[in-house]
Amino acid sequence: MSLWESARIAIRGLRGNTLRSALTMLGIIIGVAAVIVLVAFGNGLQTYVAGAFGPLANQIQITKDQQVTGAKDLTDADVRALRSPSRTPAVAAVNPSVSGAASIQLAGGGQVRTSLTGTEADYLEVANRELVVGSFFDAQQATNKAKVVVLGPNPVATLFGGQAGEALGEQVRIGRTTFRVIGVLAGNGQQDDIAVMPLGAARSYLLGGGDVVSSITVRAVSPEVVPQALEQVQAVLDQRHGIREPQDRDFSATALQSLLDQFSQVLTIVTIFVAGVAGISLLVGSIGVANIMLVTVTERTREIGIRKAIGARYRAILQQFLIEAMVLSGVGGIIGILLGIGLSLGAGAVLGQLVDEFPAPAVSVGSVVLAFGVSLVIGLLAGGFPANRAARMRPIDALRHQ
Amino acid sequence: MIELEHVSKVYSTGAVSLRALDDVTLRIGNGELVAVMGPSGSGKSTMMNILGCLDVPSEGSYLLDGEPVAGLSENRLADVRSRKIGFVFQSFNLLPRTSAIRNVELPMVYAGTSNRRRRAQQALERVGLGDRTDHQPNQLSGGQQQRVAVARALVTDPAMILADEPTGNLDTTSTVDVMNLFVELNEAGRTIVLITHEPEVAEFAQRVVTLRDGRIVGDERR
Ligand SMILES: Nc1ncnc2c1ncn2[C@@H]1O[C@H](COP(=O)(O)OP(=O)(O)O)[C@@H](O)[C@H]1O
Ligand SMILES: [Mg+2]
Repeated sequence: MSLWESARIAIRGLRGNTLRSALTMLGIIIGVAAVIVLVAFGNGLQTYVAGAFGPLANQIQITKDQQVTGAKDLTDADVRALRSPSRTPAVAAVNPSVSGAASIQLAGGGQVRTSLTGTEADYLEVANRELVVGSFFDAQQATNKAKVVVLGPNPVATLFGGQAGEALGEQVRIGRTTFRVIGVLAGNGQQDDIAVMPLGAARSYLLGGGDVVSSITVRAVSPEVVPQALEQVQAVLDQRHGIREPQDRDFSATALQSLLDQFSQVLTIVTIFVAGVAGISLLVGSIGVANIMLVTVTERTREIGIRKAIGARYRAILQQFLIEAMVLSGVGGIIGILLGIGLSLGAGAVLGQLVDEFPAPAVSVGSVVLAFGVSLVIGLLAGGFPANRAARMRPIDALRHQ
Repeated sequence: MIELEHVSKVYSTGAVSLRALDDVTLRIGNGELVAVMGPSGSGKSTMMNILGCLDVPSEGSYLLDGEPVAGLSENRLADVRSRKIGFVFQSFNLLPRTSAIRNVELPMVYAGTSNRRRRAQQALERVGLGDRTDHQPNQLSGGQQQRVAVARALVTDPAMILADEPTGNLDTTSTVDVMNLFVELNEAGRTIVLITHEPEVAEFAQRVVTLRDGRIVGDERR
C-alpha cells in the first residue's frame, strides 16, 4: 500500500472528527506562533538597540567622581594630556564639554529655560547627533569663542513653534549676550532640551568656571581597542591626579561598550526566557496531540481490527496513524508559522504607527525552523507510540474491543 | 482446501485456562458450502477465527491450500487474509462514516488492486445495492449493511468466504436475500463456511458440522 493511500485514509480519519482535529491543531498553532512572535519581538529589540547605540560603541565617558571627597576637577590640562598621541595611541578624539542651564530670550518676546552645553566642533560626531537645518560651529569658531548657538528641538518648539527654518539666523539673548542661531539639532528623544555653543563662549559669557570641564568624551580608534584606550585614559588621569590604586580614583571612566554589552546580554536572556515560556506552550500543544492520538487509537481499535481482518498489514496501520499525527502537528505547525509571521509583521506595523520608533519585530528563520521541527518531532513521537501499539494488535483482539 | 489437524485452542485468563477448541480435525474441500452449528460457547467463532487467519491455534496444524499457516508472521497472515479470504461478521463491521463504495474498496486498497472504483461498483451491483454506493452504514438497513459487507468480502475474488452468524442480526427477508447471495457465490465456485444456529439457514448448506464444548459432534452431508 502506498504512502499516498495511507495519507488519504489518514485525512479522511481526521475529517471524520473535524472539531477535535481543529482543537488539537489549535494547541500547536498557538505554541508555534507564540515562539515565532516572541522571538521576532526580542530580535527586533536587539537590532534596534544595536542600531541606536552601536555608534556609541567606541566611546568612553569620563566625569569627576562626586562621591570621592577632595576629588580633583577635570580640566583643560587633563584634556591636553589625553590628546597626547604618544601616551594615548588608542584614542582617536577627545571632546570636553561644560554644562549648565540658561534662559534663552527672543527679541520679539518669548523665553525658554534649557540646559546648556559648551563643547568643541566634533560634538555632532562624538554625541552621534544630526542637524535638521543649518550647520554646526567649526574649529575656528570654537577657538574664537564665536557667539553662535545650535538649538535642540525643545527650545525651537517653544520659541519658534517648531519651525526650524525660522530659527535659523535669528538672534537670541542668552544671559546678557546675544547669540546667532546657526543650526537646529534633530531630536534623539533623550537630550532634546538643549542649546549647544563653543566651549569658550559658554565659559566666558555664561557659566564661568575657569579651566574646569564637566565631562570628557573619548573616542577610541575602533570598538576593538576600547579596552586599551580605557587603560591609557586611566593611566594618564591617574598620573595627573596622583592616584596609586584604582579604588582611590576620583574620576569615573566608563566604556559605553560594556554597558551596551550588558544591556544586550540582558535582552538576550529575556528573549530566551520568553521564548522558553512560548516553548512550554508548544510542548503543551504537542502533549495535546499525543493525548488525542492515544484516545483516537483506543477509540478506533475496532476499526483497526476491521482493517486488519480485510488484509491491512502492520505498516499500513502504522502509516495511517502516523500520518494523522503528522498532519495534525504539521498543518498546525504551518498555520502557526503563517500566523506567527503575520502577527509579527501586523503587530509590528500597528505598534510602529502607535509608538514612535517602535522596534520592528524581525522574524528569525531559526525560530521558525525550530518551532516547526519541534512540533513535527513531537507529532511523530505522539503518533508513533499509539500507532505502533495499534498496528501490533492481533486482529482478533482489536475486533473484540468494545 | 482447508485442513485442520488435531487443532486445539486454549484461552488462559489468569489462573483459569479454557479449552475452547479440543482436538478438532476437519477438512473442507474447494467449492463446498458448509454450515457450522452448535450452542453458544461451543467454539464456533474460535474455529472460524482460526480458519480466517485472524487467530492461531494453540496446538495442532492448519493447512490452507496445503500451506501451513502456523508460523507465518503477522504480515504474511495479513497477506493470506487479503488474497484468499473474505470475511462477513454478525455485526457487519463496516467502517462508520464511510460510504458503502469506500468500504467495499478498502480490501483492494490493502491488496494494491487497480480499477478499484469500477470493481467496487460491480460488487455492490452484484449484491443489489448499485444505487446505494454513496450511503453511509448508518443510512442503510441491517440487511443492506450485511450485503455491503458481503460485497466487501467478495470484491477481491477470494476462494473462500467465511461468515460468522451473518444473518444473526437480520430479519427473515434479509436473511433469505443474504443466503441466496451465498448460494450464488458458492455456485460460482467459492468455498463458503458459515456459522449459524438457525436451522432454516443451515438448510441452504450441503454439509452441516456441529460443535459442542469445543469438539466436533456431528458432520453430515445432504
Ligand atoms: N478471547 C477469549 N478469552 C477467553 N475466553 C474466550 C475468548 N474468546 C472466547 N472465549 C471462550 O471460549 C469459548 C468459545 O467461545 P466462542 O468460540 O466465541 O463460542 P461460540 O462462537 O460458539 O459462541 C467460550 O466459552 C468463550 O467464553
Ligand atoms: Mg460466536
